[in-house]
Amino acid sequence: MGDFVQLTIAGVSIGAIYAMAAIGFVLLWQTSNTINFAQGEFVVLPAFAMVLFFVILRFPFVAAMLATVIVSTLLLGVGVKELLVTRLLKMGVLPLVIATIGLSLLIRYSLQQFWTPLALPFPAIFSREPIRLGTVIVSLEEIGNILFAAVVIGALQLFITRTKLGRAMQAVAQNRALASVLGINVGRLVTITFVLNAALTALAAILIAPVYLVKYDIGVSLGLKAFYAAIIGGFNQIRGALLGGLLVGVVETLSAAYISSHFRDAFALVILIAVLLLKPEGIWGVKEEWA
Amino acid sequence: MGVVARGRWPLMAALALGLLLPLVLDQYKLYVLSLTLVYVILAIGLNLTLGYAGQISLCHAAFMAFGSYAVAILGQHGVPFEAGLVVGVVLAFGWGLVLGFPALQVKHHYLAMVTLGFNIIVFLVLRNWESLTGGSFGISSVARPAWGPFSFKSDRAFYYYILAWAAIVVASAYWILHSRWGRAFRAIRENEMRAEVVGVSLRNYKLMAFAIGAAYAGTGGALFAPLLGYIDPGAFTLDRSIQFLMMVVLGGLGRFEGPLIGALVVTVLPEVLRGSEGLYLIIYALSVILMMLFMPKGLVGLWDLVWRFSKSATSPSTSSASPR
Amino acid sequence: MALLEIRNLTKHFFRLSALSGVSLSVEPGELLGVIGPNGSGKTTLFNCVTGVLAPSGGHVLFRGEDITGRSPDIVYQRGVARTFQLIQLFPEMTVLENMLVAAQERTGTLLSRLVRREETRETARARGLLEFLGIARLEDNLASNLSYGQQKLLDFGMALMPDPQLILLDEPMAGVNPTMINNLMGHILELNGRGYTFVVIEHNMEVVMSLCRRIVVLSQGERIAEGTPAEIADNPLVLDAYFGR
Repeated sequence: MGDFVQLTIAGVSIGAIYAMAAIGFVLLWQTSNTINFAQGEFVVLPAFAMVLFFVILRFPFVAAMLATVIVSTLLLGVGVKELLVTRLLKMGVLPLVIATIGLSLLIRYSLQQFWTPLALPFPAIFSREPIRLGTVIVSLEEIGNILFAAVVIGALQLFITRTKLGRAMQAVAQNRALASVLGINVGRLVTITFVLNAALTALAAILIAPVYLVKYDIGVSLGLKAFYAAIIGGFNQIRGALLGGLLVGVVETLSAAYISSHFRDAFALVILIAVLLLKPEGIWGVKEEWA
Repeated sequence: MGVVARGRWPLMAALALGLLLPLVLDQYKLYVLSLTLVYVILAIGLNLTLGYAGQISLCHAAFMAFGSYAVAILGQHGVPFEAGLVVGVVLAFGWGLVLGFPALQVKHHYLAMVTLGFNIIVFLVLRNWESLTGGSFGISSVARPAWGPFSFKSDRAFYYYILAWAAIVVASAYWILHSRWGRAFRAIRENEMRAEVVGVSLRNYKLMAFAIGAAYAGTGGALFAPLLGYIDPGAFTLDRSIQFLMMVVLGGLGRFEGPLIGALVVTVLPEVLRGSEGLYLIIYALSVILMMLFMPKGLVGLWDLVWRFSKSATSPSTSSASPR
Repeated sequence: MALLEIRNLTKHFFRLSALSGVSLSVEPGELLGVIGPNGSGKTTLFNCVTGVLAPSGGHVLFRGEDITGRSPDIVYQRGVARTFQLIQLFPEMTVLENMLVAAQERTGTLLSRLVRREETRETARARGLLEFLGIARLEDNLASNLSYGQQKLLDFGMALMPDPQLILLDEPMAGVNPTMINNLMGHILELNGRGYTFVVIEHNMEVVMSLCRRIVVLSQGERIAEGTPAEIADNPLVLDAYFGR
């Protein structure tokens, strides 16, 4: 039993990181109808930035974190929005989807070619010393990840529900035309959403770098997991993405331990089929009214 | 009508080119051309479902897999290639119908999820049903077709075999899309609600859009397997479906020449760039982004420009309609 | 037998009641007007009759056949055509193609529509109608390139293509200039003279009063009055619904 709890905590720990990426993904979809196929690379790029600032240039941790977030929000937030999104959104969903696919390839192979194809090690931020909580043994890293993610996601939730800007985002997500008529500057809001997403992925990168090793191609599976998380948990609610991320993390960790590799796939399969058949909008998703 | 007249000549020219090129190409380039033709078949299918009927399908690779595995598995038991192809196409058509049903209930991104989920499911089944599919190892030495003593085993012979099938697919797609069905598909894409109100049965046409697109994918898949000589589940992942999506959008959604141009560009461009040593994928990625920024309606727009230019050079009258 | 009979039609959206127990009938060859303040349920009524929405209760009978809740394509094939308040066309298709779509599903089977290529009759009819409406020269233009008034005419033309028994017009005069209004009124009267049955939703009182011999008034989802234009103009319930206390 203790084993199970430990594994679940480990699953929640990695799941919290997936959730951060999934939430950003869902935010982009909600406010700007952008399916960001480069979301995985949006985590990899800041991870490399973190290596640059923290490991190579030896900035103190907080400074490195800040620098990474700033680089991410400038390049992947404002940069992507102004250069790609503004122009392509008018043409419907698909051209932008293809452009993000191109973007993901661009980031991935640029990092491989111009930096290194090898995996870069990254020091642990939190100590990996085991701590005993009752009968359960966890590491400070796991607790640290969960708390950090909780703070970030909590802050985001507060921003969205309590601030004027956040409520404007909700308005745009629900009805763009109406929001615009109400005087909300939709273009600026989309930029803010992209900036938020870039910040989320940067923070996720900081947490995942010690766990995964920083390599140019980790974006592929990360992006896919963010996508699964959004599908399963709910594509149109933040808490859906949160649930999805946690579920993916927990199922991944538990099935690696308990289910032989033969059936691991089948397990994931069953969950996916169940969600798609029973509730295609996701477990905590909301069925959108079609006219 | 002007549309039909313009449509046929470039296709005839392309066919002529296709007949003559193998005589001058080396083995590798012939392989790339053969692969391009297979991808043209697949892209035409997706263009029908997504481009003409407006139904999002992110599981095209799954339909392709039915064709590939049918041919590979049945080939292992001595079943002739053509029979394997028919089985694969029928399977793909059937599953296309199945996927059509969610399309009746949900739209857009939900449909994207469902089709995406189907792709993942098929991939996982292929990987785990080892007794049938060989699991992760797949099936090696997939036989090429043979008619009695005459075998299509040589690369050149198989190329012409593929070309023949590609011609059949292009001709049949042309026939379908220039019929009342083609108009009904486009009406559904343009304004689904209005289409229904003028008598277009969403159920019938959406199911057909999925099923026919899937059938073409199955055809392409059946030709893919012997071209490579082996198949494994890794060829039928979401990445592959996204690759077909790229072809169709880059080429020009809902335009007949779109998938031909798109398949050509997505297959040949990386090869052309290969000389640049490792940078080629980066240049390719940049090209994709630039193509979307400057030609979001697809490269077929360039083709339109060329056509309009040559037309205005020969005759003063212009039509304000856009061709299909 | 009434051409169209609506019995006790009800439609809820969650807790909002859009239609409550509306009944009315339409005789063949009639030109019926349906009026009422905004939100009274007029378009919802059309939507329920044509199958775009499924009613929560009540029945719709067309030529004696119960078509309640049948899908729009079936209703269309039975002979009911309509236009829309907010223009609904096929934007990237030409004017002629828009007209042809409206004709093609009325006859034949799914398979015949794949195989049969011949369209001379339908094309001739489409051209004839476009001529009648004065937009024949726009035949090859994309529907999205037309002006608002031209789009309204195309919408009207599409409704006429299948030679329907019943035509439902939803605010045909909305946003249209006075010359065009007279134009459209003329077309409607001429077609009505030839035997086409119309039900027209309109806000433009002048139009309704001069066009229609019988008018039904809806308010807040209920039928509150019915009669000739003169009777309606004097009816206190009607005045109350529009102007309130």
